[in-house]
Amino acid sequence: MSTYRNLVFGGLLSGVFICAALISFLWVPYDIEALNIAERMRTPTAAHPLGTDHFGRDILSMVMIGARTSIAVALVAVGIGMGLGVPLGLAAAANKGSILDELIGRGNDLVFAFPSLLIAILITATFGPSAVNAIIAIGIFNIPVFARLTRGSALSLWKREFIMAARVSGKNSLRISVEHILPNLANLLIVQGTIQFSLAILAEAALSYVGLGAQPPTPSWGRMLADSQTMISLAPHLALAPGLAIVFTVLGLNLLGDGLRDIFDPRLRRGRS
Amino acid sequence: MAHYVLTRLLSLAISLIVASIVIFALIEIIPGDPAAFMLGINAQEDTVAALRSELGLDASPVARYFEWVGGMVTGDFGTSYTYRTPVTEMIGERLWISLPLALIALALSTLIAFPVGILAASRRGSMTDTVIMGFTQLGVAIPNFWFAMLMVLVFAINLRWFSAGGFPGWDEGLVAGLKALTLPAVSLALPQASILARVMRSALVDTLDEDFMRTARAKGLTRGQAIKRHALRNAMIPVLTIIGLQFSFLLAGAIIIENVFFLPGLGRLIFQAISQRDLIVVESVVMLLVFAVIVVNFAVDIAYAIVDPRLRRQA
Repeated sequence: MSTYRNLVFGGLLSGVFICAALISFLWVPYDIEALNIAERMRTPTAAHPLGTDHFGRDILSMVMIGARTSIAVALVAVGIGMGLGVPLGLAAAANKGSILDELIGRGNDLVFAFPSLLIAILITATFGPSAVNAIIAIGIFNIPVFARLTRGSALSLWKREFIMAARVSGKNSLRISVEHILPNLANLLIVQGTIQFSLAILAEAALSYVGLGAQPPTPSWGRMLADSQTMISLAPHLALAPGLAIVFTVLGLNLLGDGLRDIFDPRLRRGRS
Repeated sequence: MAHYVLTRLLSLAISLIVASIVIFALIEIIPGDPAAFMLGINAQEDTVAALRSELGLDASPVARYFEWVGGMVTGDFGTSYTYRTPVTEMIGERLWISLPLALIALALSTLIAFPVGILAASRRGSMTDTVIMGFTQLGVAIPNFWFAMLMVLVFAINLRWFSAGGFPGWDEGLVAGLKALTLPAVSLALPQASILARVMRSALVDTLDEDFMRTARAKGLTRGQAIKRHALRNAMIPVLTIIGLQFSFLLAGAIIIENVFFLPGLGRLIFQAISQRDLIVVESVVMLLVFAVIVVNFAVDIAYAIVDPRLRRQA
């Protein structure tokens, strides 16, 4: 019962923002590059359901396009982490104990040892603040997460009998990894991917809050918050919409991840974690 | 045990060396010559060249790397390009804000998470558990800098209990200093406490199902006694891991939070130094923070071995 509650509630919550991002490609209530000083810092009205900012831009339109930025950055960053981490983890597991395995393991430890946000700040500072550099910085820290998870779970699969059977039938370790190990890890990877996705959204928000994410005029939730900070005593509503957008998206994705895990792994269903 | 500590020490040393190379290489790539930046766009070429040699920038990268690392080992972090003061001094001043901030946040997070996690685990499946877990889900999802802004709005702007930012300096007294760090520490601690409480709960729930817990109850211990004497110690491994990881999150998180509250800590120093191309400050501060994180992780590994004697033999 509570299983499906997580899944449905999480799916709905994150779904709203994913839809908002998709709709923003086709339509937004107002043009966010048109400034309208006469209408600046309005509290919510019928015409502007979430009010307007210090340039008179419609907050709802900004939040919708901001959703696009946050979700795109997070999606690509997690994609990089999965795309590189999963093959590394598979290779390490297939060659357990080899130099390759050792190298991948040490490399993972090293990336984990760095405070991720600090290095992301350094990377974006080095190569200039932009959405692409934010993606790279966040993506790098996703690689070891997927590499470790994949290696650990793949190792236990390699001991199973159906893998032995595949080996006996003459398949090499590459084919076994791709055809038999990977499909069995899919559930696990989807769950972890959801969690990493929500973490990436938080990281993107933090980077763009300090000015190291997507650059103006592209709206992003983090920068909207940074802009609203100087006006927080005059117009507190400016800080609410982008903040709540982040919270709901992240909360939705986390609940979705929990719900998916419970379905994929019914043993955990009895309220374990 | 000695062997375990030795292997850990070796990996500690390797991590530090590789980290220093990565940081140095990254800083090398940063576009913009610090000497040209300091002198402005109208500077003569020979003046820039003179300043470059004065700052030691004309030496080869390898030579500069060894000078940097060699200096740090002896506690000399070089001289700031912009302020011409020793970086060690600059870091020293800022550290007295960032370190207390991170430590207070860590203490707060642990103090909140332990009882909350234990309560949720011991009442697993109850209404209390559901409510606590709901709150922690929310805590994990809130960006700490946004939470910080909301607290400024409520406690500084509306209620006027705290100031909205800035730091009076420790000279103004311990109370004034701690008061300025209260809102920043609470906003740093909230998401970490939520994560830690969840880990505490799930680690405890795992051990509650173990046979030794049934034995403990059969022996006549109450539920509370059994949790205190047997389950907690076994649940400590994942909890310690997370506390170790949190230290690194707190240090990096402090950088962002210092920006919200205009605290003159290490985070503000990094941003300031980046914008002024004061690269020696950037690389030294980053290295110091990475050093702190790697050493803490090492300490956590050693703490495992103390908590769980089984690990000593494995490694």
